[in-house]
Amino acid sequence: MSLLTADTGWVLYDGIAPPLDRRAHVSAENASDDTSPERRRAAWMAAAQAGDRIAYERVLASSVVLIRNVARRRGVPVDALDDVVQETLLTVHRVRHTYDPARSYDAWLAAIAGRRAIDMLRSHGRRQRRETHDEFALDQLAGHDDASATSERAQEASRLHAAIAGLPPGQREAVEQMGLKERSLAEAASETGRNAGALKVNLHRALKVLRGRLHGDS
Amino acid sequence: MEIRDNMSSDPRHQMLIDTLGAELTPVRRLPAPWMRAFGWLLIVAAIAAALLMHYGTAPMLQRWAGAHDLAWAAAGAVLTAACAAWAAFALGVPGRSRAWAWLPLPGALLWIGASGLGCLRTWLAPGTSIATGHQSADCLVFIVSFSIPLSALMIWLLRRACPLRPILTAILVGLASAAASASLLEICHAYDAAATDLLTHALAVGIVIAANAAMGGRLLLRR
Repeated sequence: MSLLTADTGWVLYDGIAPPLDRRAHVSAENASDDTSPERRRAAWMAAAQAGDRIAYERVLASSVVLIRNVARRRGVPVDALDDVVQETLLTVHRVRHTYDPARSYDAWLAAIAGRRAIDMLRSHGRRQRRETHDEFALDQLAGHDDASATSERAQEASRLHAAIAGLPPGQREAVEQMGLKERSLAEAASETGRNAGALKVNLHRALKVLRGRLHGDS
Repeated sequence: MEIRDNMSSDPRHQMLIDTLGAELTPVRRLPAPWMRAFGWLLIVAAIAAALLMHYGTAPMLQRWAGAHDLAWAAAGAVLTAACAAWAAFALGVPGRSRAWAWLPLPGALLWIGASGLGCLRTWLAPGTSIATGHQSADCLVFIVSFSIPLSALMIWLLRRACPLRPILTAILVGLASAAASASLLEICHAYDAAATDLLTHALAVGIVIAANAAMGGRLLLRR
């Protein structure tokens, strides 16, 4: 499989890396602007193997974009791309002696970056299996249903009390006596000194208003 | 300015690059995979020379002259060992194709095919006998015993490289070691090809490959 990226113009081979022509080998000093980016990186890395710090910092900095591209193509989440870059740079430092300047630097780097990306995905997967997602944890929590229902009931009660408080005084009185205090029509009439018929009418009106306010019924 | 242009916005990268740059020391490049494989095969050749000095070349050459399938099987084992070692060292370098793992296949086919054909012979090769169960077990012990140091040596050499496919590389290490040990066994193997002997050899090779895949893979993964 080959990969050509538009932003860098570099070619990656998943298989055998294309060997660079030894005769066309470019030294770090001669790596001018007309040299292809891949050849420049190869020349910088070759110089880095000999201890050239400037060439080394150049090739590492130039590698960041390439590593991110490889990691992205492997499916690494965006927020983990920089972690793959860090791990890859550390690996490059540790195994820089394995790079052969006669071969493609980009293919060498892509192989390392691809492996670090897979490691990242695996550790990410392991972490996800170990940790329960918050939504699932809430579902599995003992007493979750009770707590949720209690909270919902409390909210409904609060809304009902607010709606009752907004009723006209006669209707509010009828609801309080026969609805909340669960008194009979006769007891309510006796308690309030009002006519039973008036209480009954007020209760019906109040219930109609409350239904409209709480459920949107007309 | 090109450096900054190519950098991610994450400042950690620049800090890490600065740190790695400060730690930079010249390194000695890893020799080419074929050269490293050749070095390992020289060790095998040295052991072979010691065995030949002890047992002599005449019995082996007499067996081969009398039954060519034995010679072809030995050649297949040697070819398998060389190709598997080369492939293992190639896979120790990042960017090398996974297709390298197929390199030992022709040698292995020759080794297995010639050994299998030998079992079909109805006559005994000169200077040989059919191995008893106990003698076949000695062959298994020989292959496993010689494979241990040869595998350890190759794993030690590969740890200086960067095998990004550690288990596949370890399988090739096991195949190279087992094939090399079977090649060494040929020097002192006074038994003719037979199904029981062939199965014992196959079992020994399988044990060595499985052990390498299980242990060698982990050892190579540390890099």
